[in-house]
Formats: sequence, C-alpha cells, structure tokens
Amino acid sequence: MSNIPPELKYTASHEWIRTEEDGSLTVGITEHAQGLLGDMVFVELPDIGDEFEAEQDCAVVESVKAASDIYCPIEGEIIAVNEDLEDSPELINVNSYHEGWLFRIQPLKAEHVDNLMSADDYAELVESEAH
Amino acid sequence: MTTSINNTPLKTTPLIDAHKKMGAKLVDFGGWNMPIHYGSQIEEHHQVRRDAGMFDVCHMTIVDLRGCDVMAYLAKLLANDVTKIAQQPGKALYSCMLNPQGGVIDDLIVYVMQPTWVRLIVNSATRTKDLAWMHTQLGSMAIDLSERDDLAMIAVQGPNARQLAQQALVNDRTQADTLKPFNAQLFNESQENERFIARTGYTGEDGYEIICANEQVEDLWEQCAKVGIKPCGLGARDTLRLEAGMNLYGNDMDDTHTPLESGLSWTVDFSNDFSNKERLFIGRTALEQQLKEGLRYKFVGLILNGKGILRAHQKVIVEGTEAGELTSGSFSPTMQKAIGFARVPINTGDQCLVAIRNKLVPAHVVSLPFVRHGKILPPIIE
Repeated sequence: MSNIPPELKYTASHEWIRTEEDGSLTVGITEHAQGLLGDMVFVELPDIGDEFEAEQDCAVVESVKAASDIYCPIEGEIIAVNEDLEDSPELINVNSYHEGWLFRIQPLKAEHVDNLMSADDYAELVESEAH
Repeated sequence: MTTSINNTPLKTTPLIDAHKKMGAKLVDFGGWNMPIHYGSQIEEHHQVRRDAGMFDVCHMTIVDLRGCDVMAYLAKLLANDVTKIAQQPGKALYSCMLNPQGGVIDDLIVYVMQPTWVRLIVNSATRTKDLAWMHTQLGSMAIDLSERDDLAMIAVQGPNARQLAQQALVNDRTQADTLKPFNAQLFNESQENERFIARTGYTGEDGYEIICANEQVEDLWEQCAKVGIKPCGLGARDTLRLEAGMNLYGNDMDDTHTPLESGLSWTVDFSNDFSNKERLFIGRTALEQQLKEGLRYKFVGLILNGKGILRAHQKVIVEGTEAGELTSGSFSPTMQKAIGFARVPINTGDQCLVAIRNKLVPAHVVSLPFVRHGKILPPIIE
C-alpha cells in the first residue's frame, strides 16, 4: 500500500492538495499515481497568473511510458510553480508529496476545499482500483 | 491522471512467480500479465546498454515448420528470401509477411535450422491472424506447422550478456560461445534440457534469445539472475528498440502500410530465386505497383529540438506539403532527448515541426538507428 498522508486532501484523478497557512493550496500527484506512471521525464506546468476552473486540465506530467493530464482540483489562480521540475522531473518519483510538488493555487472560494476527498476516501479508491 | 479497470483474466507466462518475487510492476500487455519494470524503467534501460539485462518474452509465438516444401512455402509467404540462406544451417532472417495489397500482416524472425526445418518467432498480439494466414497459405504443401506453446523464451541482452549467459548455462551442456551474430543453434535436441540459443535480439545490443521447455525456464531465469543478469521489463525493451531503430508491429507498420513506407525496404528481396526466376512472394505485385507510382512517404527518425516528449500519433508538420505522423516516440535514456519514428512526405527535408498538445515544437529529421552497441550514432540528416 502506498503512502497517503492523512493531513492532505485528494481527488479521484490522483492529485493531492495541501492547505498552506496563507490559505493557498499546494498541488501534486500522489505516490500511488507516480508509481503507476513510472520514471518521469517531462513536466509541463501552467504559468503564474493562469486561472483555471475545477477539473480543468492545467498541467501535464510525462513518464517514459505515457503523458498524463493533471486536473486543477479547485477553481482559482496559479501563484507559484515548481521550477525545479523542469530540469529534474524525477523529483516526482523521489518524493511526490514534497520535492515533487507541481504548483500552488489561490482558490477563488476557500470553502471549495471541503468538496475534495479525505485521505480515507482516497485510500478506498486506490484499493478499489487495484481489483 | 486517469486509470482504467479491466476485468478480463490475463494470461501469464511460466515466469509469473519469479516476477512477483523480484518486485515486478505487472501490467496488462495485450492480454498478458507482464512486467513493465522492476523499479525503474530507465535504470533497466541503462543496465542493458552498459552491462546485461534479461527479458521475459514467453508471450511471443513460436512456430515450427517441418517438411520438404518448407523453402518453397516461405519463398511465397515472406517478402525476404529465405532460400538465400537455405544452405547455412542456423542462420536467421528478419522478414515481413505481407497481404496481397502489400500491407504487413506481421514481422517475424525465421531461423533456418535445415532446409526442411525452420523456426519462426511472430508477435503475440497478431498470433491468431498469423496462424490463420499461415495455415491458409499451406494449401497442399507437405509441411507440418506446429505452434510450440510448450516452449518458453527469454532474451539476455547487453555488452556482457553473452559471457554471463554462458556462465548461467554452464550446467546445460551448451556451447554457444562460437555462435555468430544472427545465428542459432539447437543443443541437447529432444532431451529434457533442450536449449535453442540464438544470437539475436530487440535492443541493439549483443546477446542471446534462449528457448527452452516451459518447465525449465524459471530455473534458467534464476541461474541468469545468480550470475548478475538483471531482470528488465517491457518498458525498457520499448525504449531500447526505439533507440536501436527497430520497428514495433502495430505502431510502425500494419496491414494498411507496406514495408516500403515503413523503413523496411531492406527486408524486401525482389531479386530472382535460385533457379533465376522471379520469386512470386505474396504482396510483390502491389509493392512493384507502389514503386512504379512512386513512394509518397518515407520513414525517418525524429529528434525533438524543444521541450516535450514525442509520442505515437502526433502530427508532423512539414512546410509546403501534407502532414506526416509519429508512429512511435518516447524519451531516450541514452541520448537524454525525446526521439521517435515518423512516416513523413517523401520530400521532407532535415527539419519539421511536431504538434505536441497546443504547441508546434521543432525537430530534426535523421536516419535510423539512433544508438547501436551502446554508442549514440552521429545524427545523419536525411
């Protein structure tokens, strides 16, 4: 079973979301997702200032095997991106919850975070997909 | 990202337990439960380029043909001419099997062990249609065609693969050290420890493909692991063959494309047969017609000159002409660049653009292969 930190929120499309002290949200892909994709070789991130709706595709991660869209978990504006991934996409494989973060977003409405999945719900989803 | 769920039971090879023990990540590979990697696809790729790796290729279809009409049969069935090597026991030949329209039914390796006995290795995804086609073409010829699903196959590949494999085979009474490239030999024939050893592969490195009884392959696999040959998944096999400029059936050629527009002209033999008559292989007329009308496409290598990864089915934009298409693409671990194969208009120059999502990214048009025997080849501009 892969690591699913209990303090984070999740999406059914395998993104994780951490609420920062300033109310912004950091987004990445889960350890389970990076395991499915394999060795990362390219990441295409949004630009700072880009605005997205919830579930809109906003980034792409590519492993040797395949390209995979990243969906914006919440409506808001991009305020930071992980520039280290440009030269070192493998950081996602090394630690998808820390060095491998993708971008930070300022949500339009803070309460939208409540719509996201809990760690328990996400663990259940991963379990069901394994069968 | 999205994942899919498939409930059809998957076929397994005799190595499934060994894979699980070695930590393989197993995936549905054309209906087979196969290792995609054992931890890192990129490390496994380097392992084969720099040392030695092994692959489970038991899913591939092995067919034996025996009988006095085997050469005449293959002279008709295959676009390459086996009769040229009929008197060289053990010699291997790569060929396409064409339909009457010149489209590729499958690509295969044929080992001519004797003029009356050959072994074919065809793809697993095309197994059913291949066997049906081969049976149809038999007619009244005196040939026994048998699928050898009692046999298993592994590939050991890399600069140190042969030397290590010989250590692993030391108790199997084989003498493969004198085997020349693209040759095979059968050891301990009809005995329990029968070993078919071929100096062939699908990685651009030296090595062997070894066939033995299903019941013996797990032992052989473990012997290879013991001498230091590392297990590698089908993920690395794909990037290795891509760097080596080797086509993948279903991607780079299929029933609707001829070998002449799939980079496989070198495998089509139009020359006269041993009795100096035109060899009437299936598809010949269509290929000659295509040559007469002039080829519209050529098959090239692409090296991406900007950000992104090349993938099959991306559009290739060439100034002043119609579009081409990527047939295979990935990230090259050896070159640290995105590379691919493409079918492009015949007058394409040395540059093109590739449509990657909403961007047009420049790429160099080069000849294949990209890498051979561990070395990056200087890009030859087409």
